[in-house]
Amino acid sequence: MPTDHVTRRGMLQGGAALAAAPAILSQAQAAAPRTGKGAPMIPVELTVNGREVHVPVDPRTSLLDMLREHLHLTGTKKGCDHGQCGACTVIVEGRRINSCLTLAVMHDGERVTTIEGLGTPDRLHPMQKAFIVHDGYQCGYCTPGQICSAVAVLEEIEAGIPSHVTADLDDVAVNEAELRERMSGNICRCAAYPNIIAAMRDVAGEKQA
Amino acid sequence: MKAFTYERATSVEAAARAAASVQGARFIAGGTNLLDLMKLQIETPTHLIDVNHLGLDRIEETPDGGLRIGALVRNTDLAADRRVRRDYAVLSRALLAGASGQLRNKATTGGNLLQRTRCPYFYDTRMPCNKRQPGSGCGALQGMSRSLAILGVSDACIAQHPSDMAVAMRLLDSAVDTMDANGARRSIPIADFHLLPGDTPQQETVLKPGEIITSVTLPRPIGGTHVYRKVRDRASYAFALVSVAAVFGKDGTARFAFGGIGAKPWRVEAADAAAGRGAKAVAEAALAGARTTHHNDFKKMLVERTLASVYRQREARA
Ligand SMILES: Cc1cc2nc3c(=O)[nH]c(=O)nc-3n(C[C@H](O)[C@H](O)[C@H](O)COP(=O)(O)OP(=O)(O)OC[C@H]3O[C@@H](n4cnc5c(N)ncnc54)[C@H](O)[C@@H]3O)c2cc1C
Ligand code: SF4
Repeated sequence: MPTDHVTRRGMLQGGAALAAAPAILSQAQAAAPRTGKGAPMIPVELTVNGREVHVPVDPRTSLLDMLREHLHLTGTKKGCDHGQCGACTVIVEGRRINSCLTLAVMHDGERVTTIEGLGTPDRLHPMQKAFIVHDGYQCGYCTPGQICSAVAVLEEIEAGIPSHVTADLDDVAVNEAELRERMSGNICRCAAYPNIIAAMRDVAGEKQA
Repeated sequence: MKAFTYERATSVEAAARAAASVQGARFIAGGTNLLDLMKLQIETPTHLIDVNHLGLDRIEETPDGGLRIGALVRNTDLAADRRVRRDYAVLSRALLAGASGQLRNKATTGGNLLQRTRCPYFYDTRMPCNKRQPGSGCGALQGMSRSLAILGVSDACIAQHPSDMAVAMRLLDSAVDTMDANGARRSIPIADFHLLPGDTPQQETVLKPGEIITSVTLPRPIGGTHVYRKVRDRASYAFALVSVAAVFGKDGTARFAFGGIGAKPWRVEAADAAAGRGAKAVAEAALAGARTTHHNDFKKMLVERTLASVYRQREARA
């Protein structure tokens, strides 16, 4: 494979990593070779954490980059950027998804909830509180994704959605095996897993009471 | 990621027309495979046609007692559908064994069938790969081929088909329903849908340019005991090394389909015919013509053992 290909890719990757400001993104876009019709900015309207936002984006912008770079909601984290780690998990139209593997333009008109929308430092969501009580994190980088996922997992169980470890597909309940399986899309490098499960069981217990 | 233009299709017909008329256009559904590959510039579409808003997200009963699953039905919704859980449990099980909760919430029925291989050399743009760049050679043949296929492979490519869902769809004899750019519809038996690599591993299905999947149709339920057993490197959230989908009938007959070992979801009549003779006989029949490498030879033994586990699971439930 020609080395010029590798170099060009390396440059683009470096460029993408540096492109914190939208201004740089649009410069990169202007410099990009245009084969077809080119890619004009597209206006996107979303409700993020209850607030309506209007943002013009390059069609390439992932929902994750839009949240972080355009709306400065940096609670949602970029880990692998390939759907493998779960750090970017947010809740869209009531469902948890990897915000790195979806385009902002695909969510025009939809409702997004990020960690900032679940609770605030003085009004914590019960799951946030439980993560603190049970020490559900160490470095904290994966935590926003873990918490968004954990909140959605309990709702999925309540809705009767089965999982890989559900013995009888029609009998879905909260238990340790279920929570571990359902949280497998959220990797924690500090391995805070037992405490995350403890936090979730705590919240699930409160709900059932 | 290379620049592209984006449109939200407003009808199935318009989507198919646009895809056939714009050079380099692609459909985007959940985006979980396409965007992953676009970030690595393995896929470089010039135009994306968003097919999420075409009303293809319903599961309906067919006149002959089967189910028509819209191409945009999410993997989560398909696995959780009451009728699928009751009548096609092997499909629910296969779906739930794949990816993660977040990904299944996005991944669609059509996109899952068309997801591309997880061959590490296909993913590494510094390496030769006939599938990614026809004629460049195959990095895997002499490389790390532990995860790759042993059935249906060629000298040009030994990539495995990574889908769990497609294995159950193959087992159940489903059909892929499509519409082309002229508005013509056809129904493709899943056995004929995926192509073997031969000399053209870049051609993975019989779909024509612009042809859009509208639904996947399941024939009427066949009853029996449904089992999906997936063996992988982690307990969850990993692709299959070997997977077995099976339905055991009350009369001693059974059918089997395999994942992780084939260039496409694998099913052979001889394996079904060997059902009465147990795991070893079924494995032998299924593995006829297997071509292994030093790294993936273990899969033959793993197929037999996975089948043994499937038989035990059946007995436990009978
Ligand atoms: C970390 C990770 C782990 C995973 N683990 C597993 C696993 O264990 N098992 C498993 O089976 N899968 C696994 N997957 C793959 C996942 O199942 C697929 O990415 C998903 O099913 C693809 O569906 P999609 O709707 O997102 O497709 P997209 O990415 O939107 O599309 C995929 C392809 O299909 C085409 N397409 C989509 N819809 C249509 C249509 N209606 N008509 C014609 N063409 C169409 C697109 O143009 C594209 O080429 C994993 C993925 C990731 C990222
Ligand atoms: S096995 Fe197929 S996908 Fe993998 S490197 Fe060889 S040609 Fe490419």
